[in-house]
Amino acid sequence: MMTDSAQPGAGKDLLTVDNVTLQYKTPQHLVTATYKVGFSVQESERYVILGPSGCGKSTLLKAIGGFMSPVTGEITIGSRPVTAPGPDRMMVFQEFEQLMPWKTVLQNVEFPMRATGKFGRNEARERAVAMIDRVKLGKFRDVYPHMLSGGMKMRVALARALALEPAVLLMDEPFAALDALTRREMQEELLGLWEQLRFTVLFVTHSIEEAILVGSRILVLSPHPGRVRAELDASRFHFGEIDGAEFGALSKRIHGLLFGAASRVA
Amino acid sequence: MTTSSVATRAPRPRADFEQEAADASDIGEVERSLSLGERLVNNDTARRLAVLIVLGAVWEIYARWVDNPLILPTLGATLTTFFHDIASGVLIDRVATSLRSLMLGYLAGLFLAGVLTTIAVSTRIGSDVLSTLTAMFNPVPAIALLPLALIWFGLGIPSLVFVIVHSVLWAVALNTLTGFRSVPDTLRMSGRNCGLRGVRYVALILIPAAFPSILAGLKIGWAFAWRTLIAAELVFGVSSRSGGLGWYIFEARSELETDRVFAGLLAVILIGLIVEAVIFRFIERQTVQRWGMQR
Repeated sequence: MMTDSAQPGAGKDLLTVDNVTLQYKTPQHLVTATYKVGFSVQESERYVILGPSGCGKSTLLKAIGGFMSPVTGEITIGSRPVTAPGPDRMMVFQEFEQLMPWKTVLQNVEFPMRATGKFGRNEARERAVAMIDRVKLGKFRDVYPHMLSGGMKMRVALARALALEPAVLLMDEPFAALDALTRREMQEELLGLWEQLRFTVLFVTHSIEEAILVGSRILVLSPHPGRVRAELDASRFHFGEIDGAEFGALSKRIHGLLFGAASRVA
Repeated sequence: MTTSSVATRAPRPRADFEQEAADASDIGEVERSLSLGERLVNNDTARRLAVLIVLGAVWEIYARWVDNPLILPTLGATLTTFFHDIASGVLIDRVATSLRSLMLGYLAGLFLAGVLTTIAVSTRIGSDVLSTLTAMFNPVPAIALLPLALIWFGLGIPSLVFVIVHSVLWAVALNTLTGFRSVPDTLRMSGRNCGLRGVRYVALILIPAAFPSILAGLKIGWAFAWRTLIAAELVFGVSSRSGGLGWYIFEARSELETDRVFAGLLAVILIGLIVEAVIFRFIERQTVQRWGMQR
């Protein structure tokens, strides 16, 4: 089903995170979120950052998005350093509030294309319509977000980000607020879209299973502060293989990396 | 003994089974339209109209029982004077004068509120300035500033506009600032993600996202302005040449035409109702309700 050796543009580093330490301030503390994290994402890769809650993986994604700057180290996309938020790194958030409630599904998908000036009026309209059809929301094009279910809102957010053709799609635990069935559906759909469009995606999750299913490469971060624990290949796993022995073995291995061999669950 | 009683609490084993879902075709009425009566009871306007009719009837009956037009004219007499003064153009003229000063003050207030809030969201000191000013002036009744307005601007429109601006400004600025502050972080980030900054960010993200609060501010501001205006006209309308609605009421009182006083009050109420129930309701339905930001 997935032939990773034949990826177009494969092998080129698109996004590089080099030796990045991130700190942020709360009213009482200075928190170090990640410490000297380094990795690189290649074109058309499904790169997953996996770690327990509070390991700084969301903070890392925000830094890549340009919403905060690292204390040490550098983040580069293409060959330019990341300094500010920009439409070449479209983010999909976990919260449903990311959609604009005052715009219909179609207007929401069109908005970034028009606001950035990357596409003209007619082209933006055509692309939005096509992308909405792709995420199977054709019937809901003129509906306001408050009338959609959680899964549908997530599809709109995904369509909005993909329609802009960002260099890399950043997804911050996008399916964590969905129910288990919808989550599985959305994971399959994301993979289906990737099959068609071969976009580069950086995906943050705390679910080992989701990481193996969605990712082609997994970066495992240690608990607070986040440090690189491992980088693993997961491109060989497909949806039918969740119950397989190899899937289970990798899952156990990651579990061991995250929580130590002592607490490994049989 | 205990072991046996625990054992008896275990569930009785049952066989697994699978079946087709039961046929739902005999469920009866799935959907039917409501009768006229049911729809009337569910209609807000119809119910409120009924309340109005009852109130009007109570007024009419009580006024006839009191039988003293100097103290309490009947609803009928009030309505007759009301329509008579509309037909003769007096009331329309008074209302127009009032609305003119009102719009002037309201728009000036909104403009100042916009400027102050923009400064307040973009700088920390601006936010402190607005918070302090609002805390100081919001509790001051506009009418209390009227003597000062008279010293500064004399009798006439400028004084009216001054007190109206005061009554609009703080309510609108406070609500808008609260609205801006409660825009969710995710929405802010997805706006900045599209590369939006400065005025475009405020206009395309912050204002629509904060619109429920802004609209609430506009409504409160309107109500404050309307009250202030009528009260201010009552106080010094006497000496101004072209009086407003407040002056109309004051004039009627000095000539002991109580039915005209009531007709003036009726006009005050009606205009308040129209703005609130027609204009603001319309804006609400077209915006925040349609967007699901408010029930």
